[in-house]
Amino acid sequence: MTSAGLTRDFLAAHDPHALAPLDFLRARFDAGLAWVQYPEGLGGLGLPREEQSAVDEAFTAAGAPDNNPRRIGIGLGMAAPTILRHGTDEQRHRWLRPLWTGEEVWCQLFSEPGAGSDLAGLATRAIRDDDGTGWVVDGQKVWTSMAHEARWAILIARTDPSVPKHQGITYFVLDMTAPGVEVRPLRQATGEAEFNEVFLTGVRIPDTDRLGAVGEGWAVAQTTLMNERVAIGGGASPREGGVIGVVTDVWRKRPELRTPALHDALLRLWVEAEAARLTGTRLRQQMAVGQPGPEGSAAKLLFARLNQEISALELDLLGEEGLRHDEWTMRRPTVVDFAGRTAGYRYLRAKGNSIEGGTSEILRNIVAERVLGLPPEHRLDKDLAWKDLPK
Amino acid sequence: MTDLLYSDVEEELRASVRSLLADRAGFEAVLARIESPEPVDLKLWRALAVDLGVAGLPVPEAGGGAGASWRETSVVLEELGRAVAPVPFLGNSVLAVAALLGTSDPLLDAVAAGTRVATLAVPLSAGTLKTWTVTAEGDRLDGTVTSVVDAGVAEVLLVPTAAGLYAVEATDTERTPVVSFDLTRPLTDVTLRGVTGRLISADAAGTVERALRAGAALLASEQLGVAEWCLTTTVEYVKTRRQFARQVGSYQAIKHRLADLWVSVTEARAVARYAADCLATGDPDLPVAAALAQAFCSPVAVKAAEECVQLHGGIGFTWEHPAHLYLKRARSNAATFGSAASHRATLAGLVDLPA
Repeated sequence: MTSAGLTRDFLAAHDPHALAPLDFLRARFDAGLAWVQYPEGLGGLGLPREEQSAVDEAFTAAGAPDNNPRRIGIGLGMAAPTILRHGTDEQRHRWLRPLWTGEEVWCQLFSEPGAGSDLAGLATRAIRDDDGTGWVVDGQKVWTSMAHEARWAILIARTDPSVPKHQGITYFVLDMTAPGVEVRPLRQATGEAEFNEVFLTGVRIPDTDRLGAVGEGWAVAQTTLMNERVAIGGGASPREGGVIGVVTDVWRKRPELRTPALHDALLRLWVEAEAARLTGTRLRQQMAVGQPGPEGSAAKLLFARLNQEISALELDLLGEEGLRHDEWTMRRPTVVDFAGRTAGYRYLRAKGNSIEGGTSEILRNIVAERVLGLPPEHRLDKDLAWKDLPK
Repeated sequence: MTDLLYSDVEEELRASVRSLLADRAGFEAVLARIESPEPVDLKLWRALAVDLGVAGLPVPEAGGGAGASWRETSVVLEELGRAVAPVPFLGNSVLAVAALLGTSDPLLDAVAAGTRVATLAVPLSAGTLKTWTVTAEGDRLDGTVTSVVDAGVAEVLLVPTAAGLYAVEATDTERTPVVSFDLTRPLTDVTLRGVTGRLISADAAGTVERALRAGAALLASEQLGVAEWCLTTTVEYVKTRRQFARQVGSYQAIKHRLADLWVSVTEARAVARYAADCLATGDPDLPVAAALAQAFCSPVAVKAAEECVQLHGGIGFTWEHPAHLYLKRARSNAATFGSAASHRATLAGLVDLPA
């Protein structure tokens, strides 16, 4: 039966208004209608990814509860594909269902104060515990969205300092409620604390929560990072969706703000935003027919630059209003709301877009080396043991 | 939904055109030809038009064409741009075919079959035209049209006047070759003195508007081809060129510029495909798609050609290196069918962003 037929049958048998939202979401997962491209038994039907949007639309039209995808974006976009690709059967069955239903929020413990662009230089250590059934982790992670809400984290840590840095890393799933995990908010330029610092002190991880082989963590992390960039840069949107729509709205409603120079600047950015949107559409069409291109890196670079330029134009347009702000209260939001705040907030928050999930400079290196095949950076750290690197 | 990918048939067509151009329009051949008395390669044109049958791709087979669509036409343009091939495709297979396609004129058969070369007598820079420089008194036409593409080799000129669109025999007109900025796309000034014309359509304005819009939508694919050639060629060059005992392509100053260019070319492909698909399917968004195509792809092609010259260093500034031909084509395309700025102004009206 087709995914459309299965969706119809499911909705006929499960009244979204009668069932508790969580029961409904669990049943939807069990019926394989959560993410149809996943295997049967893991929330999917092994169908092409492009069938998902029609399924989602049918559920929305029926008034079904959703899993609040923006709140669990790290789980859906990064942890899940990594667990699917590198996890054992037991791990997939244990984690994917509560991840998708939103019962369990996930966060990502990758970046460290001393390991940002040079992520593979990370210093958080994981050492085998005495009885050999697990690991003990010590270190500090940073820039961690949702750590204060998360039940689980994907974590990379150094398990062998005596080999070159990429070889000594292992990938784990960390229970955020375990003793020794301390989460502190990290306040940003916006005044909010979306992100956190996470201190790990003698935290025990059972070996059954390791993802992939010991020493293979860097390869496993590539799955996460590629999906992160697609997740950050991707997402279907209508024309003038995104921040360009905020500025065009101001332009149409406030003729007194218009000047010829700003008019051409606005049109240039409208053209760029529409080109970027079509590029995203083409990327999704390629992925749907199984030709995933390297355009994901392009999407993230574009998204960062456009958000910055468009939000700067909005401040130029607003003049005096741009001098005034709504509030600087330290809050801990669980989703980034670009549209709901002031232009000044958008301008400031967009500065993070070219840093989070890989700086634009690192992404340009990736495009140049992996897509265009240009020579790699000259580097001193590839063949030295991590412990012998200058620090 | 709009299909932004390439079909298997389109990829096969691309391969055939590319292979022909590789054989017959290599850089040395093009460079030798552009300063010769015959800058346009009519033998290559016949091979494309008659042997490969690409002169009238969107024309139904019953009308002498290939029964394909403007999507396939756009793929041919990508390849012609990649080779800066001097053939009358833009005048004949884009402008003349688009002008004739809405009529039931028998001339379409020969134009689509590639057996009679035709072009639309408008200045190549025109994005829109509402007034005409040629007047009709009965069937006698008088006036001058400057900077007409492919008029030097055309047998038939489609001439817009206030009384309608006329077909005239090119040999009845006075044709003055223009020293053209783009040597691979030579322009011609055309003067008509009492030339007899045959009325094709009473609605010259509508016909010209349709043709120029098709031109704007499809030129983006040629610009994509130009940009792709410049990017690919430059990437290959910086991998082999060594200075300070390193490949120059290992410096971030170079890598990051090429990464940014790759992003722009990737976007241009989506934008050009969107315009071609909207034109092929008669999508109501075509006016936006065509203006967007020129507003976005024009500067990308120019940027790619400029980066190609700069990142080749000294060799890129020489006549012997192909880069200058792509720079001239890209720069000339940026003034073809309206500038990027004029298309932004068009968009302002179309998407309700008034000045």
